[in-house]
Amino acid sequence: MSTNNHVIELTNITKYYDMGGAEEVHALQGVSLTIQRNEYVAIMGPSGSGKSTLMNIIGCLDTPTSGQYLFNGVNVSEMNDNDLAKIRNKEIGFVFQTFNLLPRSDALHNVELPLIYAGISSGERKRRAKETLEHVQLGDRAHHRPNELSGGQRQRVAVARALVTRPSIILADEPTGNLDSKTGEEIMGLFEELHRQGNTIILVTHEADIAEHAHREIRLRDGKIETDGPVKKRKSIMVAAD
Amino acid sequence: MYLIGELKEGLAIAFAAIRANKMRSVLTTLGIVIGIVSVTLMATAIEGIDRAFNKSAAAFGTDVLYIQKFPWMSNDDWATIRNRKNLEVQFAGKIERQATYVDAVAPVVGTMRRLSRGTYSMEGAFASGTTHQYINAAGITLGDGRFFTAEESSGGRPVCVIGATVAENLFPREDPLGKTIRVGGFPYSVVGVCEKQGGMFGQFTSDSRVFVPLFSFQNNFGSRRDVTIQVRVPDPAQMEDAKMELEGIMRKLRNLPPGKPNDFNINQQEILTNFFGGVTMVIATVGLFITGMSLFVGGIGIMNIMFVSVTERTREIGIRKAIGAKRRSIMMQFLVEAAALCLIGGVIGLIIAFPLSLIVDQFLPTAMPFSVIFISIGISLAVGVISGFLPAFRAARMDPVEALRYE
Repeated sequence: MSTNNHVIELTNITKYYDMGGAEEVHALQGVSLTIQRNEYVAIMGPSGSGKSTLMNIIGCLDTPTSGQYLFNGVNVSEMNDNDLAKIRNKEIGFVFQTFNLLPRSDALHNVELPLIYAGISSGERKRRAKETLEHVQLGDRAHHRPNELSGGQRQRVAVARALVTRPSIILADEPTGNLDSKTGEEIMGLFEELHRQGNTIILVTHEADIAEHAHREIRLRDGKIETDGPVKKRKSIMVAAD
Repeated sequence: MYLIGELKEGLAIAFAAIRANKMRSVLTTLGIVIGIVSVTLMATAIEGIDRAFNKSAAAFGTDVLYIQKFPWMSNDDWATIRNRKNLEVQFAGKIERQATYVDAVAPVVGTMRRLSRGTYSMEGAFASGTTHQYINAAGITLGDGRFFTAEESSGGRPVCVIGATVAENLFPREDPLGKTIRVGGFPYSVVGVCEKQGGMFGQFTSDSRVFVPLFSFQNNFGSRRDVTIQVRVPDPAQMEDAKMELEGIMRKLRNLPPGKPNDFNINQQEILTNFFGGVTMVIATVGLFITGMSLFVGGIGIMNIMFVSVTERTREIGIRKAIGAKRRSIMMQFLVEAAALCLIGGVIGLIIAFPLSLIVDQFLPTAMPFSVIFISIGISLAVGVISGFLPAFRAARMDPVEALRYE
């Protein structure tokens, strides 16, 4: 166990996809990076750069072909399905581009869902889900189904679902991709607030102005890290130009 | 706690999914409904057949042995036994004196005779001549009146005891007791009426018989007839000993040297119940197998629709996996859904089968066995779990990344 402040430590991670025959896609070709607690990181890159693959590995949805992945000091690169599910449940909050809410369940139940799989009692679940919904200013929409909510509201339900287990990281994959720019800004504001409250946020995007909300930017190209450093703030200019 | 939470979630999802696809759920469940209806009705019918057999066999009495010229059920070649000599009435008295395990011995002779009373008549009735001991050495019960006494028996008095069907035919609106009927033209005064036995052995039951004292029978209808000697063994534990003893007595009466096979048989109700037990078993096996096929087809329907359901909800499975559902949780979700579909089908099937079983009851006295309720609920659950297993397994093994990407 490491006692340092690293939430995520990737060492020389590779991921190959066997496309049948002799062909192999090298989605990641030796990626090493560390992310500290309470960082706000944007992972950027054009499509095909391997950023989705990297996100899936960081999110424990997939395992690397080779390399070592320490999550809170624990080696997850060789874990089985069930252990990965446990990590995803307790340590990772996902926010997706397409919201990925359950259409037949109301907002409250959607937020409750991770707690069901965590084995938390019904009363406690309801209380925490309600609290988290209030946290994202949706306390009054608890019993609305996703199709009765606007895009921004849906994404806030998704953020509440990600937050409700108090995870180590929040992993957002193009969270504004399906929103108009005004609503997108609102969601980014929410992420900033969550970051200020001490959450670790990893943002995967190909939009530069969204990435600018983060404090550190990792650029991927052809399965390798191209640049990794603080975000150059052009934001004020961009907002003025809007 | 953990499992209960997931089970509740599984049930909630299952019912939401069933509600969301009403038509599909109804059609799929129909297969199970039909399966359960046919299986439960078959079980009810088998119960009816079993009851009818047992009721019929009961007419022979569980504690009565029938010493007769021929066996009831036999694999022996007819040619080797058809020349056996008739049994004689006097054997009965000798058996009564020598046998130690029996408490009633009655010789019985019989013939077909026309019965009549005034304008009423009955063809094909069976007139039996016997002694007063018959009431103790047969599986009959008197509904009204009495059996003839030892004095009436030894004196050959013109009295008779009639079966329930005889009473219905000759006395449709009157009390038969004390009235006179004619048996093959000879007058007999009715002193007793037997309770109805029913069953499927026709004249072997008391229903269409008339019992008269043996001497009177021999005087009126002739004395050179084969005799059945009925004996009662009061203690069922001594049944085998009694049979051995009777065999010995009979061999002596027939003067059979050692080594020669018996030229008589000691028959018993058990022979019939064993035989019919075997028949019922065959009917039950074949019947339940055939009706079970419809349940099997219903199960295939469930499996089919569960595969569709899993494919349709690939994305939902991806979402659930991403936020921490284990394989087991996903597996359980779909198993619960399949089981719920089947359980609903099973309950509806039972609700439909119950009134239908009352209709079956009109033709074949029966009742839906109580155990059928639990068995069919159990079977529906099992069908659900078995047919849901493969689809659930496929769902549980889905790769979350691919499932999330599914459109």
